[in-house]
Amino acid sequence: MTAGSGATTADTPLPTPLYDLHHQLGGKMVPFAGYALPIQYGTGILAEHRHTRMAASLFDVSHLGQVCVHGDDPAAALEKLVPGDLLALPKGRMRYTLLTNAEAGIRDDLMVIHDHDGWSLVINAGPKAADLAYLGERLGEDRIEFLEDRAMLALQGPAAAAVLSRFARECASMPYLSAAHFDIAGVAAFVTRSGYTGEDGFEISVPAGDAALVAAALLDMPEVAPAGLGARDSLRLEAGLCLYGHDLDMTTTVVEAGLIWTLSKRRRAEGGYPGADIVQRELAEGPRRRRVGLVPDGRAPVREGADVLATDGRKIGHITSGGFGPTVEGPVAMGYVETSFAAIDTKVQILLRGRSLTAKIVKLPFVTTRYYKGE
Amino acid sequence: MSGLRYTKEHEWLRVEGDVATIGITAYAQEKLGDIVFVELPEPGKTVVKGGEAAVVESVKAASEIYAPVGGEIVEVNGELEADPAIVNADPIGKGWFLKLRLADPGECDTLMDDAAYQDYLKELA
Repeated sequence: MTAGSGATTADTPLPTPLYDLHHQLGGKMVPFAGYALPIQYGTGILAEHRHTRMAASLFDVSHLGQVCVHGDDPAAALEKLVPGDLLALPKGRMRYTLLTNAEAGIRDDLMVIHDHDGWSLVINAGPKAADLAYLGERLGEDRIEFLEDRAMLALQGPAAAAVLSRFARECASMPYLSAAHFDIAGVAAFVTRSGYTGEDGFEISVPAGDAALVAAALLDMPEVAPAGLGARDSLRLEAGLCLYGHDLDMTTTVVEAGLIWTLSKRRRAEGGYPGADIVQRELAEGPRRRRVGLVPDGRAPVREGADVLATDGRKIGHITSGGFGPTVEGPVAMGYVETSFAAIDTKVQILLRGRSLTAKIVKLPFVTTRYYKGE
Repeated sequence: MSGLRYTKEHEWLRVEGDVATIGITAYAQEKLGDIVFVELPEPGKTVVKGGEAAVVESVKAASEIYAPVGGEIVEVNGELEADPAIVNADPIGKGWFLKLRLADPGECDTLMDDAAYQDYLKELA
C-alpha cells in the first residue's frame, strides 16, 4: 500500500484551540493549510458524512481567518476589492463574495458579514496571509484586524437548529445568511446561519479559550457527532461548493467559475472591483471555459488533476475536485471544460490511470441543498 | 500461526501450492479509511514483483497496491466491485483482492511471517 496524493506542509502545523479535544475524540490528525486538524474520527468519513445529512455534526473550522474591517464606510471600501453588493447588505446579514485580481481571477472566496456593530470577513486558511497583506495594502493596515484569538465551530445538519436553539432559542428563526450574538453555554458567541455542507446549519465564532467548552456542550447533545475534514470535503463537493486552491484560484475567472450570481445587477453594470472589465467582456462574449459538475460512469472515483477529454480524445479541461459522494453513493467531480462542452448531459471522457472513462456533464449541486428558508 | 506472509507495504499473502492469495492487512484498511472502490487486474495478466497490481480508492485518496511477488493473475475478487467495504470489514478474509500463480515461489521467502510483521507494526506505532 502506497499512499497517493495528500497535501502536507513542511512547517509544523499549528494546533487549533480544539486540538486536545480532537485527540480525546480519537481524531486522526493531518496537516491542513498550516493547521493540525482531524481528517476523521473513529467512525470514518462515510459515517460522518451521512450523520451530517441525517442529524448534525460539529466541525472545527478554526483554521478560517476571522477579520474585522474598521474605519469609515467599510462597505464602500470593500466594494473596491470584491464584486459582491455590500452597499445593499443590511445589518445582521452576510454575503458570499470573492476577492478578485485584475484578471478577474480569484484571490480568495469569503464571507462578508455586516454585523450590528461592524463589518467582518471570514477568509480561507490557505490564502490567509496573502489576503491579510493585500487587504492591509489596499485598505490600510489600521483598518484590518485579524482576530487571532478566536475559534470557529460549524454545527451542520437538519438537526442543527433544534440543537442550537436549546442554547439560544432565537437561533431557530435566524434567516439563512444572517448573523447575531448569543450566549452559547455561557460563552459570548457570534453566530451566523451558514455553512459548507449544503445543509442547514450555523457557524459559531467564540473566544479561543472558550471553544473547547462550547464544543463539548454541543457534542453532549444526542443528535451531534464530531466530523472532520474528510466529511467536510465530501459534503461540500456534493453541495457543489468550491474549495479555494482547487476549484477556484488566481487563474479561474468569476464568470468561468459560474459565480456571477454573486453579483447584483448594480455591480454587474457599475463594476468598480479588480477585473470588472474582464467580467463584463466574458459576460458579453462568453467565457473560454466553465466550471461544471461531472459524473463518471461506473464506481471509480476520479480525482483532482485528471484530464477531461472530448469523445474524440482531445483535451478540453481538467478535474478540480473529485471523489466518492457518500449521499450520491457514487463518484462525483467538478472541473473546468471548454464552454462548448459545458452544456448539461454532454458526454465527455475522463482520463483515469491511462484509461478513459465515459462521463457526463451534470447540473450542480449533486445533492439538493437544504438551507433554511423560514417557517 | 496464521501461515500468512506480509510486506512492509501492508499486503498479506496466503500461499497454497503455487497460488498466492493477496490482500491488504487490517492496519492498511484502517490507515486508508472507508474503501469505496477497488480496481483489480484482468485475470491472465502477468505482474512482476513490485509492479502495480491493483488500486484502492478510499474516500480520501487512491493508493496503489504493488505485487509482493510476481506471477500470473488467476482470479480476482469480484465481490469487491459491488461492495468494496468488505475490505474494511474483513481484510484478511472476504476482502481478498486477487490470486496469482507464483512465477518464483522463492520470492515468498523474502516476506515477513506473522511474528515479524507484528514486530514491524510495533516499530511503526
